[in-house]
Amino acid sequence: MVNGHMETASVPSGLTLLEFLRDRLYLTGTKEGCGIGECGACTVLLDEKPVTACLVLAVEADGCTVETVEGEAADGQLSVLQRAFVETGAVQCGFCTPGMIMSARGLLRRDPNPSDNEIVEAMAGNLCRCTGYAAILEAVRLAAVAVAAQRAAGPLTGETVGSQPAAETLMGETGTERRRFLRGAESTRKDGRR
Amino acid sequence: MTRELRVVGTSVLRDDAIDKVTGAARYTTDLAFPGMLHAAILTSPHASARIVHVDLEAARAVPGVRAVLAGSDLDVRLGLYLRDKRILARDVVRYQGEPVAAVAADTLDAAREACRRIRVEYDELPAVFDPRDAMAADAPLVHPDLASYDHMRGVFFPKPGTNVAHHQKIRKGDVRASLAAADVRIEASFYNPPVQHVPMETHASIAQALPESRVEIWTSSQSPYTVRHLLSACLGLPHAAIRVHVPYVGGGFGGKAGLGLEPLATVLSRAAGGRPVLVTATREQEFNTTPSRQGLHSTIKIGATRDGRITALEATYVWDAGAYADYGVNVGRAAAYSGAGPYAIDHCSIDSYVVYTNKVYGTAYRGFGHLEVLWGIERAMDQMARKLGLDPAEFRRRNLLKEGATTITGELFTAGHGKPVECLDAVAKAIDWGRPSGAPSAPHKVRGKGIAMLHKAPAMPTYTSCAAVIKLDEDGAADVLVSGVDYGQGTYTVLRQIAAEELGLPIGKVHLTWDCDTALTPYDWQTVASRFSYMGGNAVIEAAADCLRQLTAVAAQALGVAPETIVCQDEVAFPAAEPDRAISYKDLALGYTFPNGNAIGGPIIGHGRFIATGLTHLDPETGQGRPAQFWTYGAHAVEIEVDTETGEIEILHIATAVDAGKVLNPLSCTGQVIGGVVQGLGSTLLEGFQFDDKGRLLNPSFVDYKIPTAKDLPRRMTPIFLENPQSGGPYGARGVAEHPMISVPSAIGNALADALGIDYTVLPLSPERVLLGIQKREKTP
Repeated sequence: MVNGHMETASVPSGLTLLEFLRDRLYLTGTKEGCGIGECGACTVLLDEKPVTACLVLAVEADGCTVETVEGEAADGQLSVLQRAFVETGAVQCGFCTPGMIMSARGLLRRDPNPSDNEIVEAMAGNLCRCTGYAAILEAVRLAAVAVAAQRAAGPLTGETVGSQPAAETLMGETGTERRRFLRGAESTRKDGRR
Repeated sequence: MTRELRVVGTSVLRDDAIDKVTGAARYTTDLAFPGMLHAAILTSPHASARIVHVDLEAARAVPGVRAVLAGSDLDVRLGLYLRDKRILARDVVRYQGEPVAAVAADTLDAAREACRRIRVEYDELPAVFDPRDAMAADAPLVHPDLASYDHMRGVFFPKPGTNVAHHQKIRKGDVRASLAAADVRIEASFYNPPVQHVPMETHASIAQALPESRVEIWTSSQSPYTVRHLLSACLGLPHAAIRVHVPYVGGGFGGKAGLGLEPLATVLSRAAGGRPVLVTATREQEFNTTPSRQGLHSTIKIGATRDGRITALEATYVWDAGAYADYGVNVGRAAAYSGAGPYAIDHCSIDSYVVYTNKVYGTAYRGFGHLEVLWGIERAMDQMARKLGLDPAEFRRRNLLKEGATTITGELFTAGHGKPVECLDAVAKAIDWGRPSGAPSAPHKVRGKGIAMLHKAPAMPTYTSCAAVIKLDEDGAADVLVSGVDYGQGTYTVLRQIAAEELGLPIGKVHLTWDCDTALTPYDWQTVASRFSYMGGNAVIEAAADCLRQLTAVAAQALGVAPETIVCQDEVAFPAAEPDRAISYKDLALGYTFPNGNAIGGPIIGHGRFIATGLTHLDPETGQGRPAQFWTYGAHAVEIEVDTETGEIEILHIATAVDAGKVLNPLSCTGQVIGGVVQGLGSTLLEGFQFDDKGRLLNPSFVDYKIPTAKDLPRRMTPIFLENPQSGGPYGARGVAEHPMISVPSAIGNALADALGIDYTVLPLSPERVLLGIQKREKTP
């Protein structure tokens, strides 16, 4: 099962799961960053556990469930985790983003309320060269908190993909959590037009 | 002229983030075309060798192979400022990792198998690896034919018969006499190793050769028009014969600024009869084949008066260009005119030599030489302050550029330049500079504080220009077209904000196309140098004004009033005195239709442009002139804790102030600072190429070349933005993209000296190096 769809294929024994996803199923959201399992860009969930798809053979996934970034949004709506990435500025060039989201999804799946240390540990296998990680860690924390709040308050309504008002709602609810990974962040801004 | 800004200055979220979090964003390697072939590259195992013979027959016999090429098939030279390079090495190889042959095949596996079967016979030649050795009279020449290479004249000065690709001189005042007369002098030497940019997406290009020598390219590049221009020059084709598309780009940092794999993809596609060919650098090739950041050896002498005024600064910078000049010559030039730091110095002499060696070649990398020269300058400033018995912040305060001072190239420092002193004061305050650190977390740990200034201006040709087009849609929304590339910086969002601000549209009704296309989107030189928001922003302002002129003219005619009376705001145009007669943008965007059916106007398309103004070539002998459209100043202050048993450095707090002129998008600017600081930590603590004695790169993978991970973050980061407006900048803004990375090593090196009393001069400050320094001190009585 890949993102909830049954996929049946006959593949060469040497084909990696990454190649299978990208070249056979056209799920190009999963990226190749190094090909040797060191950068995390190709992270997907295999039976709910994060793996680097470049180090897994497609045949090893036989009979397993595979989840990729393409399965993260549901019914045309970004998941809370995806929205948190958008809102916190956790996305710059975006090439590491799918792998980051899948690592975070794996973490939140096994522990919906992770500690800051657990978030850092879970994300440390995914390299990012643009963001400096702080916003990514914030996004995961924010998503965990928002999901907990959502569970308590019932489902959010009225969201659409990319809707800024919806995004602001999420920010508003959990705004106090935003700066946890960027302690002390401040803007000393002067009036530019004195 | 104060006006209330609605959109500019707010944290508008990036619309591209939606594509990126869903996996919908298409990067070059995500594209596929019918019949597309995959390429593999065979690289040189030697740093310097004559190619005696290349046997391609066995490769051609591999099933699925469509084209096999070696350097002997291709007699063209490439280059940015100096045309010194081949698509595939021809006759000689000049670095280990240099492409020697390439294969295009139905599958990547077949292409790789064919590469393995290529037999190359080499005859090893003498090699030179240290650029200081390469300057010796009897050094082996990396380019014996340097005299015959075409280059940008009047700007770069290669020295035929030597390994010097460029020598930049800065001469101001009489440095020798002033140094001799100085009350206090220091001299120090420093070294930065070459490092890699490490974009998460490696270089990748697809080319399809078309009839009549035309070619269409899709590439992971920062500069579609420069790719087109350089390809046109090297292949002898008219510009219109080359069409370059840039889809989403997975990071660049300067490494994708010039020409990359596009020429190779092009010749392979031609050789394969016009099949599209995808060439992707493996991660190892990204380290070892595509260009890196140059290494630098610095020697710095500073003279000062007893009361702490710098009177003279003399510096020699020897850059390790590697085998080809690429951007390296311009790095050597730019870092020279910035090479004394942001200080007012009356007597200055700088010699910056860009020197060929037999190593992977250098190019632009975030900071463009400034991280490297300021590693030396800002460490030397601390040494001078110590010798004078002055607080390092106070010493800097006394010498920083202030209104009325002149830079080392003779440029007058004005109020419109920003305020370096305020940056210094802001970071000092943020880390409680002057107050002792708290107690370390363990008895074998020590704490220290350090401070460092930074500055940089865009290094670009004096005539650098760009354009923007805005077209109005049927529904009155706006589409902005530019050819600068947003490879993560967030500039497109800022340009949307500017267009929304100027046109009176809500941000949701301003769109910006993410596919640059030299056939369709208007000219931009390159997306480098932290100048896109500044120059592109000004072009968008002008394009919006052009749209408004057209809207106004049509509305005035429709309403039978004078154009001067028309006001455009909130998506409508109306006579100032008669708001009730408003016509919506929607009813003007394609032309206005009167009730009787008559129509006037036509589709509204605005055009704006910007060209650098007032820049001059630098005098070849003195370096005097005006090199910079604008300067951005900043500072870092850092508090660290050092483990004296392991040599590990922990960053407790780093504060970064940048005088942004105007923060156009606080979320994006903060992202640039945090990202830049952490990238700077990589250069400080972790990164550096290691070569064996044959010039072979020993650490071309993430196993052996570590970049910062989520575990390496400072305990606290404090971005601070000052807003002293930039004259000529959009809303007073200046560029801030590269700057946060610059001087991160300097500040940490200064803090390390404060903590341990040891002056480290070589990067990276790895645990091993720090510990060896501690042990050496303990052994020295």
